[in-house]
Amino acid sequence: MDLNTITAIAHPQTRAQLPVWTAGDAWLAGGTWLFSEPQVNLRRLIDLTDLKWPALTVTDSHLSIAATCTVAQLDGLACPPDWLAAPLIGQCCRAFLASFKIWKTATIGGNLCMSLPAGPMISLTTALDGVCIIWKAGGGEQKIPVVDFVTGNQRNRLTPGDLLRQIDIPLAALKRRTAFRQISLAPVGRSAALLTGSLDSDGTLTLTVTASTVRPIQLSFAKPADASALRDAIAEQIPDDLYHTDLHGKPLWRKHMTLRLAEEIRGELLGATPS
Amino acid sequence: MSFEVNGKPFSQEPRAGQCLRTFLRELGHFGVKKGCDAGDCGACTVLLDGEPVHSCLIPAFRAEGRAVTTIEGLGGDSGAHPMQQAFLDAQGFQCGFCTAGMILTCASLNQAQLTELGSALKGNICRCTGYRSIEDALLGKTNVEESVEAGAAFGRSLPAHAGPEIVRGKARYTFDTQIDDLLHIKLLRSPHAHAKIVAIDKSEALSVPGVHAVLTHEDAPSVLISTARHEKDWMDPEDTRILDDVVRFIGQKVAAVVAESEAAAEEACRRLKVSYEILPALIDPEQTMAPGAPIIHPDRTASNRIADAQRNLAAETHGEFGNVAAALATSAVTFEGTFHSHRVQHAALETHGGLAWLDAAGVLNVRTSTQVPFLTRRALSDIFKLPMDKVRVFCERVGGGFGGKQEMFVEDILALAAIKTGRPVKLELTREEQFIATSTRHPMRVHIKAGADAEGKLTALQLDVLSNTGAYGNHAGPVMFHALAESISVYNCPNKKVDGAAVYTNTVPSGAFRGYGLPQALIAVEAAIDELAKQLGLSPYDMRRRNIVRPGDPMLSPPPSEFHDVLYGSYGLDQCLDLVERAMQADGPQPDLSPEWLIGDGIALTMIDTAPPAGHIADATIALREDGGFDLTVGTAEFGNGTSTVHRQIAATMLATTVDKIRLLQSDTAHGGHDTGAYGSAGTFVAGKATHAAAMQLAIELKAVAAGAWLCDATSCMLEGEAVVCGVRRMSFVELAKLARERGQPFAAGGNSGGTPRSVGFNVQGFRVAVNTGTGELKILRSVQAADAGVVANPMQCRGQVEGGVAQALGAALYEEMVIDANGRVTNAKFRDYHLPSFADVPRTEVFFADTSDTIGPLGAKSMSESPYNPVAAALGNAIADATGIRFTATPFKPDRLFPALLERFGD
Repeated sequence: MDLNTITAIAHPQTRAQLPVWTAGDAWLAGGTWLFSEPQVNLRRLIDLTDLKWPALTVTDSHLSIAATCTVAQLDGLACPPDWLAAPLIGQCCRAFLASFKIWKTATIGGNLCMSLPAGPMISLTTALDGVCIIWKAGGGEQKIPVVDFVTGNQRNRLTPGDLLRQIDIPLAALKRRTAFRQISLAPVGRSAALLTGSLDSDGTLTLTVTASTVRPIQLSFAKPADASALRDAIAEQIPDDLYHTDLHGKPLWRKHMTLRLAEEIRGELLGATPS
Repeated sequence: MSFEVNGKPFSQEPRAGQCLRTFLRELGHFGVKKGCDAGDCGACTVLLDGEPVHSCLIPAFRAEGRAVTTIEGLGGDSGAHPMQQAFLDAQGFQCGFCTAGMILTCASLNQAQLTELGSALKGNICRCTGYRSIEDALLGKTNVEESVEAGAAFGRSLPAHAGPEIVRGKARYTFDTQIDDLLHIKLLRSPHAHAKIVAIDKSEALSVPGVHAVLTHEDAPSVLISTARHEKDWMDPEDTRILDDVVRFIGQKVAAVVAESEAAAEEACRRLKVSYEILPALIDPEQTMAPGAPIIHPDRTASNRIADAQRNLAAETHGEFGNVAAALATSAVTFEGTFHSHRVQHAALETHGGLAWLDAAGVLNVRTSTQVPFLTRRALSDIFKLPMDKVRVFCERVGGGFGGKQEMFVEDILALAAIKTGRPVKLELTREEQFIATSTRHPMRVHIKAGADAEGKLTALQLDVLSNTGAYGNHAGPVMFHALAESISVYNCPNKKVDGAAVYTNTVPSGAFRGYGLPQALIAVEAAIDELAKQLGLSPYDMRRRNIVRPGDPMLSPPPSEFHDVLYGSYGLDQCLDLVERAMQADGPQPDLSPEWLIGDGIALTMIDTAPPAGHIADATIALREDGGFDLTVGTAEFGNGTSTVHRQIAATMLATTVDKIRLLQSDTAHGGHDTGAYGSAGTFVAGKATHAAAMQLAIELKAVAAGAWLCDATSCMLEGEAVVCGVRRMSFVELAKLARERGQPFAAGGNSGGTPRSVGFNVQGFRVAVNTGTGELKILRSVQAADAGVVANPMQCRGQVEGGVAQALGAALYEEMVIDANGRVTNAKFRDYHLPSFADVPRTEVFFADTSDTIGPLGAKSMSESPYNPVAAALGNAIADATGIRFTATPFKPDRLFPALLERFGD
């Protein structure tokens, strides 16, 4: 929709050109959320396009995803065969409530900064041990793991003027076997629980719980967990008040779906039969 | 900046925060529609460098150096793109408002996406069709009949005349026009559920550059009205002012700002300083009649047609035939339960809104998105004390209605602003305003008691309904009466009792909504029938067969009705039950489901009067043109209901011509005559009857003229092949037109329908569902609906009405839910949080028609737009009960709502 209070657009090309952050500013990446709601407190948009950050960079140790990388670009990444976690990328992209038309515009950074419980790029980058690289408003950089970056429903560790630059994914995380489960109140609706699991070469099972909880939660099991150990761990580490409540799912149901999907993931990755 | 649209270069500069959607529309590309303006519905889809995007989310400045393709440019110079042709062949649209975005999206899908349409189309909402015809378009199916011989149009699947314009984005809806010197209206809305406006300081608002006027309750006529539009004003209470000094729900309009731009009007709204005296608010309908409850309309009395303002009672009814209590005490089986239907929104993709201006002759013109142009003109004439001929109200094609546009929500403000400023004005509601400030379906609590004897004959039916009408009583009474009428009058039962109350709360008003109260009552009544059948070991079909009315049986619900004009013009309920039973038993693919999935069947039936009570008027005129075709003028509006096609079919059939020879002029008070409006499924049954009468009269005149020329008896003449014939003699319509010109008097005739007597229509819905005991998820394995529409005027269109009704009702039964918090605020005023059925959510419904012909309706036809919605939630509830053994009594049947009871019964 038209954002009628906006009077200026800044187009910085380098970090040095970023304008001094003032009240009424907003970073403009894809704009798919920004332009979807009235923003009467905003006066200026700082367009990140001309910074021309490479969308995806693979180094010896990391996959770097620029904050401005679109969902479609990430979805289209040709992954090497030893990235066993590659299917997780497509699975999480498809977990978007929005359609493929939005993926062409919406960005990974935007999804993280929105910090909605159902943000599927939060699910993905948390599961892959992603680390946020933040350009601090006052200069310098800060690194925060995605699992710690999102602190609650639409809450995160950014302070005014901070800019999420990229998310670094260690290649080791991309080489783990993964499993994916998601449930929603409607066939292609917003995620009410989105769980991923990964199995390390040393046998460590890591479970990432998103969407059902107000922030991402990770649980690790160094020794193969049985069903009751899994349930106990979830019960212990996810107190009832961490389950999200809104129109897209009541907390009691989200909790039970979390337990159910976690057990399915345990079964898939450990070859366990339900017990 | 420079960019291309549809191959043509442009160099305009957008405003800094402007989105591509409005920028393209300002440049005249009206095919780019606004459904939600938030990226959720896809109506604004365009191609940006060949890739589909939602233009409402794209900053306009990002079009620089790029090529945009809108629906108008998709076909290129060659005319229609293959996907446009496919949508025409399949008629993959009804109102057509989503069609541009749908076609651009479909035309962009790759092979992989075409195999997963549920995912591929989740960004495109169609509110009308139920998606089957859209899938047909993608599959390359042809549903329309190309052409039929003269005089044989009725009963055939002829395409919508507007189709080619719709698929090319050229059909004109309310806002698809450029008006010079236009001023824009924005409304300041109440943040309080109940408050008195103490003062409004306009000074800062008026100082915003471009602001022309700020209108408040001090500027508006203080006359009391209802936003509801009915042929008879007495049907609704007088409890509403255009702009009031008391606000009774969050979202009620407080002031209107008229300015050179929407931006200026918005800014001025923010600068208005309103002092409120907060009043205690009443949100819970159960508390409205409690002692000490706040009174919402304390100054109103019975003279305002409010049942009891001091008890917040907008309308009430009580009545009993026989003795229900005594009958229940001696019945072999009984059932008692309380059912809740929640609040849902029409979500027509075109929001409310309009344009108004005073023309050189001093006539107030209002172009608006309405189902009721004539009744709106009458209201404006009353409110502003203008003669009827000084007010013109009309609509172009309307982007969906579903009852929501049987109201006057914007036209009064438009008129006020046009009169006060003397300038043309525009008011286009946002999607958020649709949710918080128009109308919704009436939430209802229905308590039912029912009994039957050992043979399965009903002994007693008792309904106690509490309907929440919100802050105003528009449609409060009629909806409540309707809920209590056909829901039980379809059953023979010696003892019936009803109590109904429609109560005020400080929440967004309820109003007319497809079904008009019946769906809310049916989830109780049809559940009770099933529960009695289960106790008796009878099948749901047989239980109903033992109790349904049949021709000759009185159709009764207490208290005694003052209307005695409902007749069995035809009767197909028995056939509908048979058709559904047979289809549900037919072999089908066996679902491959784990044992966690429980499977069950459920049905529900509905009867509906084929027109609203107390009169529904339609005038039609038809005139022979010089080219041998006809100009047909009707008042009824087209908003996807397909009546524009049906009117042409009726006229062409009566006049032995083809539909392309019938030019239809419609929904404009300037055309003269009267039309109560396109609601209560009156477009075919009532307005169609007027067209039928007009065409029949003209046929008589044409025969008389030919007979006069031939000196033969007119009764020996007939119309055939666009001519009057008598034996070997033939006079073509072109020759007759020439004769008329020589006479100096055109051949024309009028027809009228008073909407009485009325007939009855029927629908039976069947579902087979699977419910997952571990998750609460529900799959619809089979959906069948049989409809008794009399002689079906246009099978393709009528099937579409049934499918669309089922889809909309499934939305209400499974997904859609307006949530109002403890303070009375709508918390989910956007499509992202109000899940409308998308392609993936709607199963295919097998549609069957009963073989009947109505003695009252035009050419044997009955109405069939509203009622397919009615039995859906009830049938679904019955199927879930059959599958799980649990009777769920509140909609929506979402997994998280079903889960607690499933967990309790089946464990983890």
